[in-house]
Amino acid sequence: MAGEKVALKHGAGGRAMRALIEDVFLALASPVDGIGLAALDDGAAIRVGDRWLVITTDSHVVHPIFFPGGDIGRLSVSGTVNDLAMMGATEPLGLTCAVILEEGFPRADLERIRDSMLTASREAGAPIVTGDTKVMGRGEIDGVVLNTTGVALADRVVSDAGLRVGDRIIVTGTVGDHGMAVMTQRHQLGLQGDLRSDVAPLNGLVRAALRAGGDELVAMKDPTRGGLASVLHEMAGKAKVGIVLDEPAVPVNAEVRAACEVLGIDPLVVANEGKAVIGVRPGAADRVLAALRAHPLGRRAAVVGTAVAERPGQVILDTGLGRRLLAEPEGEPLPRIC
Amino acid sequence: MASSSEELKFRDPGKARALTEALAREVEAIGRSPVSVMHVCGSHEQAIARFGLRAAFPRALDVIMGPGCPVCVTDTPEVDEAVALAAQGARVCTYGDMLRLPGTSKSLADAQADGGKVEVIYSVSQAVELAKQRPAEQVVFFASGFETTAVATAAVILAGVPENFSVLSSHKYVPAAMDVVSEMEETNIEGFIAAGHAATITGWGIFEPFARRTGAPVVVAGFEPLDVLAAVVELVRLVRLKRPEVMNCYPRCVSKEGNRPALEKLWKVFDVVGGNWRGIARVPRGNLDLKPEWDHLNARRRFRIDTAAVGGAERNVLAERCICGSIMSGLAKPSDCKLFGKECRPETPVGACMVSSEGACKIWHVYGGQPDLREVA
Repeated sequence: MAGEKVALKHGAGGRAMRALIEDVFLALASPVDGIGLAALDDGAAIRVGDRWLVITTDSHVVHPIFFPGGDIGRLSVSGTVNDLAMMGATEPLGLTCAVILEEGFPRADLERIRDSMLTASREAGAPIVTGDTKVMGRGEIDGVVLNTTGVALADRVVSDAGLRVGDRIIVTGTVGDHGMAVMTQRHQLGLQGDLRSDVAPLNGLVRAALRAGGDELVAMKDPTRGGLASVLHEMAGKAKVGIVLDEPAVPVNAEVRAACEVLGIDPLVVANEGKAVIGVRPGAADRVLAALRAHPLGRRAAVVGTAVAERPGQVILDTGLGRRLLAEPEGEPLPRIC
Repeated sequence: MASSSEELKFRDPGKARALTEALAREVEAIGRSPVSVMHVCGSHEQAIARFGLRAAFPRALDVIMGPGCPVCVTDTPEVDEAVALAAQGARVCTYGDMLRLPGTSKSLADAQADGGKVEVIYSVSQAVELAKQRPAEQVVFFASGFETTAVATAAVILAGVPENFSVLSSHKYVPAAMDVVSEMEETNIEGFIAAGHAATITGWGIFEPFARRTGAPVVVAGFEPLDVLAAVVELVRLVRLKRPEVMNCYPRCVSKEGNRPALEKLWKVFDVVGGNWRGIARVPRGNLDLKPEWDHLNARRRFRIDTAAVGGAERNVLAERCICGSIMSGLAKPSDCKLFGKECRPETPVGACMVSSEGACKIWHVYGGQPDLREVA
């Protein structure tokens, strides 16, 4: 390890990042009453009386900071609210906001980011309750870095490891929107059509799913970096089941599909910021699907897969024309996506 | 950009089922196992792997990828020449797939890291532009690909290039890919699928002498999943009927005589010559090199290329375990290699087949490592 340096891939959400966390940061883990660092879940859950205190934190470095459908402010609130929601905590008590700015950053941009944060925090019902501000010299940081931490109380914690053979997998809407919006904006690819990020707080949508599914909603994760493919591998690996993914059933916007085809990118590995992947017992699938579709953010929700006993830890892709294994993404193909 | 309805026309699951049922009947009628056919194109392997078509093939049918990746068969000494030119101060321009192709001890990516001037380009005309912008430098285009890209190289040469531009040709000749396999004693390939894009240039007539000589039918195929399925059905039917014919299953792009203006350009600039293909053999008519009248643009004639200075004496123990040669000859599958997906991955390729997006190992890795899922119900 001597002389080894951190590379961009170590922050890309895939194999390399997991290896870095396991090699370096897992040493910080100590036993907790609940879900701690060692679980490598979306956040932590600590038992407080007969309830759970759920905590999560996230730093945001997206480039460009303003993109079609959102900006770093909306992203920083949504990302943390969503990480709480994925653990079953849909009523955030509050968020913190730490901002690090580069000398010379336009004040008007900062106010625009603040307004986006305010809008998103109202949508989520998640007040921002404290913060911290630092400024670094020109060139010492690129523009702005935003960190948010969220806390919430939950009666039941949903992990991402709860799948059993026979369970159905639901995705709450179209995949690939956020990543393709940022990518085409950054590279000014000049593709026509309306590529917009899906960035949104999902706690309202998840609340509806939890009410409909109850204890039969058994696993949940948001497909951010590495996309749907990454989440399914993680769910399959942690629960030691295989997952058959029905590719034609996965909702993809026509613009995203076309842009992906031109660029040779699989929409299944592209990042989302306003979607959840939900595992349910087979009997609850219709109920949860109906509840999701009744919510404005879940209209295109679909059942896309099934947990099977074959090939534990792997994802079998049914293309409609044949079958193959889905590769676990190395990580997000694009750095600084969120 | 193709509209989604056009795209779906060639990806329709209902039509695919009808074709796989027809395929099952044809293979069953032959009545033995395995029936082995080969395609010689990375883009066909991509379609087969990406859409999981092998899982839909009958168990008694082997569809094998042959030496259909021009980057993969580019030999080590050819890479050494490019690395040496970069070390000697030339600006070496090449297509992205060539960058990490291993030479004896270095790839062009290594040469770049050592401070060499190496540029990834998307089209040969970009290399010509660079030569115009930098008259004080020698700009060398390290050219790869079959006739499809060789035509583009020929066209810029014929249009006129600056004095400081030259070509290090590693272009390969399409018919050789099938010749080399049919002449191997270890293989028993009964029919071939030919690449539709190359045939757009060459025409399908070019395969007739091969089919007559070897007794193996040839079917020209496009690259959507239904193109591939339809071509495999026709090929197996010709195998069953023992008819060594050439059939064009890609008539929306390919004609018998090909693209005549393109071919005229090609043969004004290039000759078919013999050369070594990496891991396979010496191939008598395998390479395309510049004709003698273009010696003044031929980097091999123009410069003294000192490959001894970049050839490593150190043994590469990992590379000795690589079975790319057998994979490209269709004698082994990527998953037969002990390095596949472990020491050999796209970020750290050991063999050429893991470097190029047209290489069998890279394609299998990208599409899940084991695209053949016939055993899963």
